[in-house]
Amino acid sequence: MSHPNPTVQTTSLAAAALAPRPTAKEMIRTLGMLPVLILLCIGFSLASENFFSLQNLSIMTQQASINIVLATGMTFVILTAGIDLSVGSILAASAVVAMLVSKIPEFGMLGIVGGMACGLLFGLINGVLIAFVKLPAFIVTLGSLTAVRGIARLLANDATVFNPELPFAFIGNAEVLGVPWLVIIAFAVVAFSWFILRRTVLGLNIYSVGGNPEAARLAGIKVWAVLLFVYATSGLLAGLGGVMASARLYAANGLQLGASYELDAIAAVILGGTSFVGGTGSILGTLIGALIIAVLTNGLILTGVSDIWQYIVKGLVIIGAVALDRYRRKDSART
Amino acid sequence: MSENPEILGLAPPLLELRGISKTFPGVRALQDVRLKANAGRVHALMGENGAGKSTLMKILSGAYMPDAGAQILIDGQRVNIDGPIAAKNLGVSVIYQELSLAPNLSVAENIFMGRPMRRNGMVDRAGMTAACEGTLQRLGADFGPTTVVSTLSIAQRQLVEIARAVQFDCRILVMDEPTTPLSTHETDRLFVLIKRLRDEGLAILYISHRMDEIDELADEVTVLRDGSYVGTLDRAELTRDKLVKMMVGRDLSGFYRKEGVGHRTGETALSVSDMGDGRRVHGCSFELHAGEVLGLAGLVGAGRTELARLIFGADERATGNVRLNGAGTELDIRKPADAMRNGILYLTEDRKGQGLFLDLSVRDNINVMVCPRDARAGGVMDGGRALQRAKDAIKQLSIRVASPRVNVGSLSGGNQQKVLIARLLELGPRVLILDEPTRGVDIGAKSEIYRLIDELARRGVAVLVISSELAEVVGICDRVLVMREGRLVGEVGGESGRAMTQENIVALATGAAAEAETAAALH
Repeated sequence: MSHPNPTVQTTSLAAAALAPRPTAKEMIRTLGMLPVLILLCIGFSLASENFFSLQNLSIMTQQASINIVLATGMTFVILTAGIDLSVGSILAASAVVAMLVSKIPEFGMLGIVGGMACGLLFGLINGVLIAFVKLPAFIVTLGSLTAVRGIARLLANDATVFNPELPFAFIGNAEVLGVPWLVIIAFAVVAFSWFILRRTVLGLNIYSVGGNPEAARLAGIKVWAVLLFVYATSGLLAGLGGVMASARLYAANGLQLGASYELDAIAAVILGGTSFVGGTGSILGTLIGALIIAVLTNGLILTGVSDIWQYIVKGLVIIGAVALDRYRRKDSART
Repeated sequence: MSENPEILGLAPPLLELRGISKTFPGVRALQDVRLKANAGRVHALMGENGAGKSTLMKILSGAYMPDAGAQILIDGQRVNIDGPIAAKNLGVSVIYQELSLAPNLSVAENIFMGRPMRRNGMVDRAGMTAACEGTLQRLGADFGPTTVVSTLSIAQRQLVEIARAVQFDCRILVMDEPTTPLSTHETDRLFVLIKRLRDEGLAILYISHRMDEIDELADEVTVLRDGSYVGTLDRAELTRDKLVKMMVGRDLSGFYRKEGVGHRTGETALSVSDMGDGRRVHGCSFELHAGEVLGLAGLVGAGRTELARLIFGADERATGNVRLNGAGTELDIRKPADAMRNGILYLTEDRKGQGLFLDLSVRDNINVMVCPRDARAGGVMDGGRALQRAKDAIKQLSIRVASPRVNVGSLSGGNQQKVLIARLLELGPRVLILDEPTRGVDIGAKSEIYRLIDELARRGVAVLVISSELAEVVGICDRVLVMREGRLVGEVGGESGRAMTQENIVALATGAAAEAETAAALH
């Protein structure tokens, strides 16, 4: 937006202030990838008649649910211009902890709490190293990506932990009024995160720290608290993802579970229009980004595209989205 | 060539600039500037902050292209400096305040950066080392060509830059305030070197604010003001008084609040004593009264912003303390939030870098500091109240924006500045420190900001204004403190005994006054 004639502006000021309306450009910014999602859905439903069946939609959203939860945590982190590479490993460790706790007689339900606490703990460790020791987020979480994977294997004795009598198996397999629990959880997480980001002081502080950390500090914002919060949240949600994954499988395995999940989560956030440099983006965008990835994966399978080509297509879509992000930044009016 | 130097018995000057203008969108940085620099002479370039010295230098180095109609002549021949390489090929070297060396490379690699010597298609390190060894020795360097630059002091790095210029047959050496980061001893050595280069036939264009350096070095001085050429003085006709007058020049009264209607000064609102960070600010003490507009003047780099940031808790202080209400207890200010809690607020000079959240809306930018106070239980924002605050601020400060939801990044400089000021006002400041409040702001917004400052003072707010624009300082302040080299060196206006004039401020800021007073004391 340029600066139109000030006299015109002043006269229209009162009216404009009464009925603030997002401009077309802002709409495009927030809608972002929604048209892409819709186009993909249309394309795949033409290519495969099974795509729009109720059963497939249910499968697809279930498949998407864990990535939605991880990507939501990742959105908090990337909004502060950070990154969390460790969510896949934390998911594995939390899943193992959840399974181990679930075997305690009478207190099996505590597996949910145990898994999430495990995730929170690792998230807090990441956060402390980044907020207080001031190490770069990429390095810290790259380290914990490896270390926590090792811890997951250690906890599981490098084997798969089974629990056929899993007390919280309903999370992974039951439905409420036809909606799978996994999907309910994912959408609850999205809704809650949306509320935090859009309706609380903390949310504004997250955007502020991501947009301009020095200005945030001078505005009296506790930058360390914001950073600690986002990494702890990412860890907590990875823990929740671990509970969800183990509940679905009745099992957890330190070696393979959650491997490279961080990449899908990051891809969802970036596809959703959250900028890597921090400060701009939204949870709803992330939701759309995660759904695009799920639709793409599911649709490519349904249409019989080989595994190899699925990788190539998904990779290209992610690069294309980042290119779009750049284009969008250049386009946005900044003087 | 129109003139015939042989008949006149005069060689053309080594460097001549004619009709240099430079326009940036909305700003005219230079207008019809001229200058002649001769081989074997040091030509000093002076002017207030923002007079256009840096722009002129960037034109010489090829970083900026001048507007059409400009003429640059070297040895009387029209030349076109359309980039850094062209400048170097013409023998023009510029040494900026921020040195442009790669600290991870050796001295030789830095000297030959961008045009390394090759042998058989490979970098010839031995050749480069040998080639610059002689140059370094000639310049009196106490380090060798293989030394890694990161291990060198600032003065030594400067020498590397000079060696780079000399190595490639520089004829015109431009130096931008080279002594700012140097100690007295290092400065003396640099002066010896500059004189030697001058005697070897280089034309040296020396930019400085400091009177004693001009006295020591300059063969002639050109003064710029507001981007325009004011005049050139030869060494023989050079006096400090003349220079100060030329630098200050104009009069702009009436544009500011009404002259002569000073604010009634209340009791002490803030007292700062012995404030210092051990590096750039030393032992600053002063008092700021309620209802007063106190100016803080000085040259760029004098430590004004640094002092303000220490008071606000933005940087760590080494000495000193801050008290409210004069005798009040010492405040423990370790971070900005501590200062804010005590009603001390700071407007940054770096609006975009350290002030605004450009991706956020006007509403959010205005509310970001006050919203924790407004929030409902659990930190939930009071959206209606935030919107109302934003709307009120937009009206009161006449911020020109279509809606409070517009991103602040799309506003003009003046309106952005008003948003930033509004953010502070929402907290109800007792002490307001405004750092360059009108920098990059159009003339209309400027006068509105002046009116606002006046109004705040009348409501009893203690206002400290840091400004590099002398006319502004004199126009809006009740009295002015002047800083030089990290210290408060004097006061102008108020009960200081010095009249509130730009000349008095410049004299203090450049050190001319100190010398005059010493001289007076001796007689």
